[in-house]
Amino acid sequence: MSDEPNKGLQSPLRRKLLMGAAALPLVSILPRPSFGAGPATATVNTTGLAVTDTEVTVGILHSATGTMAISETGSIQAEKLAIEQINAAGGVLGRKIKFIQEDGASDWPTFAEKAKKLLVNDKVAAIMGCWTSASRKAVLPVVEQYNGMLYYPTFYEGLEQSKNVIYTGQEATQQILAGLNWIAKEKGAKSFFFIGSDYIWPRTSNKIARKHVENILKGKVVGEEYYALGSTQFNSVINKIKLTKPDVIFTDVVGGSNVAFYKQLKAAGVDLSKQALLTISVTEDEIDGIGGENIAGAYACMKYFQSLDNANNKTFVPAFKKMWGEKTVIGDVTQAGYLGPWLWKLTCEKAGSFDVDKIAAASPGVEFKEAPEGYVRIHENHHLWSKTRVGRAKLDGQFELIFETADLIEPDPFPKGYQ
Amino acid sequence: MIINSRFFNRSELIGFVALGLVLFVILPLSLDVFRLNLVAKYLTYAFVAIGLVLCWGYGGILSLGQGVFFGLGGYCMAMFLKLEASSVENTKIQSTPGIPDFMDWNQITALPLFWQPFHSLTFTVLAIILVPGLFALIIGTAMFKRRVGGTYFAIITQAVAAILTILIVGQQGYTGGINGMTDLRTLKGWDIRPDHAKVVLYFFEVFLLFGCILIAQFIRLTKLGRILVAMREQEDRVRFSGYSVANFKIFAFCMAAIFAAIGGAMFALNVGFMSPSFVGIVPSIEMVIYTAVGGRTSIFGAVWGALLVNFAKTGLSESFPQLWLFGLGALFIAVVLAFPNGLSGIWADHVQSRIDRLVSSIKKKSGDWTSNSVADGAPAE
Repeated sequence: MSDEPNKGLQSPLRRKLLMGAAALPLVSILPRPSFGAGPATATVNTTGLAVTDTEVTVGILHSATGTMAISETGSIQAEKLAIEQINAAGGVLGRKIKFIQEDGASDWPTFAEKAKKLLVNDKVAAIMGCWTSASRKAVLPVVEQYNGMLYYPTFYEGLEQSKNVIYTGQEATQQILAGLNWIAKEKGAKSFFFIGSDYIWPRTSNKIARKHVENILKGKVVGEEYYALGSTQFNSVINKIKLTKPDVIFTDVVGGSNVAFYKQLKAAGVDLSKQALLTISVTEDEIDGIGGENIAGAYACMKYFQSLDNANNKTFVPAFKKMWGEKTVIGDVTQAGYLGPWLWKLTCEKAGSFDVDKIAAASPGVEFKEAPEGYVRIHENHHLWSKTRVGRAKLDGQFELIFETADLIEPDPFPKGYQ
Repeated sequence: MIINSRFFNRSELIGFVALGLVLFVILPLSLDVFRLNLVAKYLTYAFVAIGLVLCWGYGGILSLGQGVFFGLGGYCMAMFLKLEASSVENTKIQSTPGIPDFMDWNQITALPLFWQPFHSLTFTVLAIILVPGLFALIIGTAMFKRRVGGTYFAIITQAVAAILTILIVGQQGYTGGINGMTDLRTLKGWDIRPDHAKVVLYFFEVFLLFGCILIAQFIRLTKLGRILVAMREQEDRVRFSGYSVANFKIFAFCMAAIFAAIGGAMFALNVGFMSPSFVGIVPSIEMVIYTAVGGRTSIFGAVWGALLVNFAKTGLSESFPQLWLFGLGALFIAVVLAFPNGLSGIWADHVQSRIDRLVSSIKKKSGDWTSNSVADGAPAE
């Protein structure tokens, strides 16, 4: 027992060294950063955050264990990559970013406890973290009470806005509406069947989708079914789909349930090359588990695909694979996780300070031109302007980009007429 | 009544004073408010563990569903706090102001009938005790009157835990679903979130905990406690002697449920949060582990077990975010293999015997009262 705390110090250090080694080639092409040349600590940190002359501490708070680990690992990796790259490029306000990682353990109260620990004990300047809506809802009161700054990467249901949160994923209208418009126009779709996991995000997303289908597209929702998280029996709903023959199956089933759903769909003889299916919950990460052959042909509505063909993405994907292995895939949320540290760095530099109040005030208008998804900008409501894209799943587990909106879509977390 | 001449024998008195010293003096002085609040969270499980000592350690009834009662108590408290946090001015942005936010997200436009009484604190406090108590009474009557016991009872309590979780998650418009009830703010206008409130809540909780310890100790020392032990050892003989075994079992189970519910209510107050992840099978088993680690026949051991396991949990997960669950598992296996009677077993074997020897050597000199270590109520196992 007595030598365990020592190990605790050694292992993150070793991990850091390994990561440093992975980033060596990157470092060598950049001018060597010298930390400590930034503005005086007293001027950039007036609220007692963990900032020294050479270092600034941030927290990473995701599930490294439990059922959500499979989804959240990508976000952890992306955030670490971004921090590594920022440090290689000279850090933030002349300071190296040091991170403290905590495990939310797929358990929402643990998230709240760890967030509090990061803010109260470690005085981190920002937290990159949370994934499920439930974990965010648990952490939100904590970051608001202790005035922290949370960068939240997941696409989510909206109906929320906080001074202390930057939402780097898309809220529901940004994700759904353009995709529905596209499929209605492209496929002439009039009837929709909704299937979702039973919690707040699918229910809210489907509520918005239903209003849009009924009021704007003048179509019909022929079925709406929910399954408990972790459910693996979808046969009854698949039978209903076969009976009602909807033009589009619209799904927001999450996590491991996806594997069962798509396999059973295929086994029941539903051919996704003929039956249109639009999902807002399957990224490259999920296809890893589902298997490309079970989902090929389905459409996904996201803001980022690993296959995006732009200069930023062409440097991002190899850098990610270099750090985390050739076999890793990058989904929508992973990319949004990558945006967090960068947006925070850019905001700190715009504000000339690490103070949370100044960062919250300076955030609107901050733009990140090197974003793998192309270009993003923070809106006054702390969400991002971003494009909506539709991709078609291929056998190899990647998406082929089919459609993207011409302009950035404005985030609208409290959509009028959709509540 | 065969009762100890003293309420505590010497070793228990030492345990009582030591625990009081640690909880009232040492921890509040040595920890900052954040860590103290964590201890308050750990101690909410100590209530459950004390209940389990009565029902499992003494009565021999293994319940793997204490999370149900913890959850019922916690949800009753959380409903009251949530209603207070959902005042009309706090919820202006909702389509229906004045109802909890999760109801609004689920298109519910009026406060459901069963929520209405939770506007009253008196009702809430009564509900925290009575709802789980009555629920335990129903389960207990249904099971024990039919002489369902042992493993079957444990399985049924697990099933109840699973059912309640599914119910809470499924009825998210009324319960907050998997998110639980978050953002609890004030108790009768008194903000429960700032540091000074956390300290007050901590001391309040420790007082309650000692209250529960005294009640448990009282039950143990009366004839009732002896019948519980007799029931555990030889159920049939107790029945042949003319006692209604079922009634005693129901009583022990109800007490355990009420203690768990008080823990749950304190959890909602201290953590400002309640969710179905404290109700299901896994947390229920964890609660049994606290008792097992502490020693299932020791009331103080249960408190120490809850504290130690949770300290280990926090410490390990902070040092090894990816590997801590393995460490925790290893700790359980080590404790169960090496010390089957838990922490209290270690204490009794290694520490208490030395103190006894020391004291008796002093006593021989003074020739004072004799120690009364036989009338302990808990036979060595």
